[in-house]
Amino acid sequence: MRHGVQSLFPAPIFPCIRAPMTDLDRIRNFSIVAHIDHGKSTLADRLIQLTGTVAERDMKEQLLDAMDIERERGITIKANSVRIEYPAKDGKTYILNLIDTPGHVDFAYEVSRSMQAVEGSLLVVDASQGVEAQTLANVYQAIDADHEIVPVLNKIDLPAAEPDRVKEQIEDVIGIDASESVMISAKTGLGIPDVLEAIVHRLPAPKGERDAPLKAMLVDSWYDSYLGVVVLIRVMDGVIKKGDQIKMMKTGATYKLDRLAVLKPKMVDIAELGPGEIGVFTASIKQVRDTKVGDTITHEKRPCVTALPGFKPSIPVVFCGLFPVDANDFEALRDAIEKLQLNDASFSAEMETSAALGFGFRCGFLGLLHLEVVRDRLEREYDLDLITTAPSVVFKIHMKDGEVRELHNPADMPDLTYVDHIEEPRIKATILVPDEYLGDVLKLCQDRRGIQMDLTYAGSRAMVVYDLPLAEVVFDFYDRLKSVTKGYASFDYQITEYREDHLVKMSILVNDEPVDALSIMVHRDRAEARGRAMCEKLKDLIPRHMFKIPIQAAIGGRVIARETLSAMRKDVTAKCYGGDATRKKKLLEKQKAGKKKMRQFGKVEIPQSAFIAALKMDE
Amino acid sequence: MIEDWRHGGFGLYIHWPFCAAKCPYCDFNSHVAGVIDQKRWQAAYLSEIERAARETKDRVLNTVFFGGGTPSLMDPELVAAIIDKIRASWPQANDPEITLEANPTSIDSGRFRAFSEAGINRISMGMQALNDDDLRRLGRMHSVAEGRRAFEIARTHFERVSFDLIYARQHQTPEAWQAELREALGMAIDHLSLYQLTIEPGTVFGARHDAGKLKGLPEDDSSADMYLITQEICEEFGFPAYEVSNHARPGAESRHNLIYWRYGDYVGIGPGAHGRLTLEGRRHATDTPKQPGAWLEQVETRGNGEASRAPLDDAEQAIEYLLFAMRLSEGLDMQRFNAISGTPLDPQRVAYLEEIGMITQEQGRIFATKSGRPVLNAILRELIP
Repeated sequence: MRHGVQSLFPAPIFPCIRAPMTDLDRIRNFSIVAHIDHGKSTLADRLIQLTGTVAERDMKEQLLDAMDIERERGITIKANSVRIEYPAKDGKTYILNLIDTPGHVDFAYEVSRSMQAVEGSLLVVDASQGVEAQTLANVYQAIDADHEIVPVLNKIDLPAAEPDRVKEQIEDVIGIDASESVMISAKTGLGIPDVLEAIVHRLPAPKGERDAPLKAMLVDSWYDSYLGVVVLIRVMDGVIKKGDQIKMMKTGATYKLDRLAVLKPKMVDIAELGPGEIGVFTASIKQVRDTKVGDTITHEKRPCVTALPGFKPSIPVVFCGLFPVDANDFEALRDAIEKLQLNDASFSAEMETSAALGFGFRCGFLGLLHLEVVRDRLEREYDLDLITTAPSVVFKIHMKDGEVRELHNPADMPDLTYVDHIEEPRIKATILVPDEYLGDVLKLCQDRRGIQMDLTYAGSRAMVVYDLPLAEVVFDFYDRLKSVTKGYASFDYQITEYREDHLVKMSILVNDEPVDALSIMVHRDRAEARGRAMCEKLKDLIPRHMFKIPIQAAIGGRVIARETLSAMRKDVTAKCYGGDATRKKKLLEKQKAGKKKMRQFGKVEIPQSAFIAALKMDE
Repeated sequence: MIEDWRHGGFGLYIHWPFCAAKCPYCDFNSHVAGVIDQKRWQAAYLSEIERAARETKDRVLNTVFFGGGTPSLMDPELVAAIIDKIRASWPQANDPEITLEANPTSIDSGRFRAFSEAGINRISMGMQALNDDDLRRLGRMHSVAEGRRAFEIARTHFERVSFDLIYARQHQTPEAWQAELREALGMAIDHLSLYQLTIEPGTVFGARHDAGKLKGLPEDDSSADMYLITQEICEEFGFPAYEVSNHARPGAESRHNLIYWRYGDYVGIGPGAHGRLTLEGRRHATDTPKQPGAWLEQVETRGNGEASRAPLDDAEQAIEYLLFAMRLSEGLDMQRFNAISGTPLDPQRVAYLEEIGMITQEQGRIFATKSGRPVLNAILRELIP
């Protein structure tokens, strides 16, 4: 993922830092917590720029967001890091390590690891907007990681800025002291030196034993086309040197360090890294999936006794099918997925055959954003046209014989006679919304089988906490939320638990044949309404054919909703005269080309767009 | 092996591009002009006939069709001169069909005798409706009574008189159409063209339709019903459909139009006229400038009114044959299709269309069934390779 930045500096020769290792009290490690568009990347750019870490001519915006998609969407997907040397006003020069974390819930585990790797956070809040739901989730992670937190109010130069109100909000909603917030404008550079001083004087120095056995945390890793897998680490105890024989404690794999470097943000080789330091290494590791975020790295010969706590492998929670629009592109899709997986271990893919869509892949993602990012990258970087089937969550099927199966695809639902009960993932959703839209938000959550857990106010904004089934959120919840609140709501969630509910598989039959790609898991009480809505939608989405087409929703063998798409009655050119067939020929050929955008299913042609559109709920 | 066009025959189309007024539904190449120098046009038509004849001499000419515009606005002397020139240029079939399109106004019908003397033996009349309100809405300048009179005059001068009606009009109910159609069949001799109103882009109706101001057009289902009723009633009266919109007593079909639909060769003369001509074993598509002035000038200065002449490859010819032939009740000759195309129609798609009752095969021909004909475009989308 970092190769965007790497390609800026393609020269294979790197300067080497020979300076002795830094004292712990001259190191400050921190992250930045902020909502999208509140100015995190701009602030990071300013810090890098002001300290001369990157030459002026190499500066470009959002230095740390290397992927096009990161820049375009204003989000961070992979953790990233930069080492800044800062000569402070006290006359000493400090090493500041910023770890830029992904801000999105999909990457919550990666965020928590990044948080564990640093001692403090800057909480950046837009002084004209206030605290948002996403800020909350991340700031709680920082609090959980025992961070010292420095509030930073950005965009104070805007006429709409209300720093006092926002300070009050930070104290009310988050519960931290905001009286000494640093006031800045990242855009104009106002207040940036104050931020640097605050980092040095308000954030704690890291702790660690230089003489203890090596203990380092694997914070993140990525694939670089020149260097192979690059691993970002934070050293807790001990010293790591180039050429060391190291061991990953969870995977048990051992490697010899090829290179050791720090990021400024380009790679600069370094002889060794001691306690409190953050850097990267390469060690002839082939795939990103060989490196587990949160793993503990130690020396093979003199290992540490206990691994760092909190390791958990990332598990996909949202699944969907990806199929090439043109069946001939299947091999190209397979190649693209393999290449993408080199860099993204949390994205899983298994071959899938759908009667409706042909050959494709059932892919697992950390969340909806992750799904969209991967799909965008496949389409953009590999020039593929894809059909995405409806996202589904992982259901746990408890069989009567005690076996528990994970269901990734509703089409694979086992025969109900062998099923004891079904569990689905639940989330805790936090929604911040101006009170005038509160009613709509509550209705939306109730309609999606939500259970209200909390409702509080911060000024004129309500904070709603709901227990919701993830399955009801993965599809179009966020779109609906944006639409009912005119874009004023912010939303965040975390998965809480698996819970039993009355879930059934609903199949859709078109012209009496089940269309596997349209099967969904749905709550029994809502199946009928959902089935009716889907049949009605499909009736509009499927063009009329030369024969009438029954469209049915069924649970097992029982039809619960039915619509009939009547046969095409008239499609004929009345007058074809004067011997000119050219126009008619062109028209029919154009229509014929349009047919290629459809999927043949039995005798029925279903437009590709229908596979997603049929599931959208207009409430 | 005989050349493919011979299956359809050889015809000549003469386009007269002028009308007294443009009708709001019409997207044909027609223009309204103040003064028309018919002598000048005559010279151009004669020169073009001469040129076409040079390329196709010794062919027997089966049909001539004067279309438009409103060819009944041509001076009878002009029509006579053209027909004389044609007779001098090609060997004529024993019973050549020479049709002229006419509007049923008194001005036009006053010339019928002269047209007959000039050599016209078939009239195709733009009756369009048997209801005065609808005639006005369609922008027609005749009344029902005037139309009937013109029709009566025509039948005294011509053995073969056909007329056109437009249906599925604004606010037209299936019942009203049924009554009108029965009335029409009561007066028809042996041929009727029954077109559903089609809203074409670039017409006045097209613009009104886009603006949402063309009210009361029947829904697809209702116009489909009207189409079916039309087929039934026409059969009852002994006027089965021989083409999507054309009905005739057996033997009275428009032979000129059959040349198109049977994919014969035809010369197209006049502004915007299309032709298909097999020359040195290869079928060509020809067309001419659409603007009357541009065509006239080109003929006068270059001695050639063609705008383009493009050879058609086998696949293009096969599609054209398919598109035309499937409009006919007699359908498409599969052996002939294979010979043109080199590749037969996809047997799976043919079988599928047969299975769902849209087409039938009989003695080496395939044709649309009664249920297939109203959705012919859908059938063609399946069959086009």
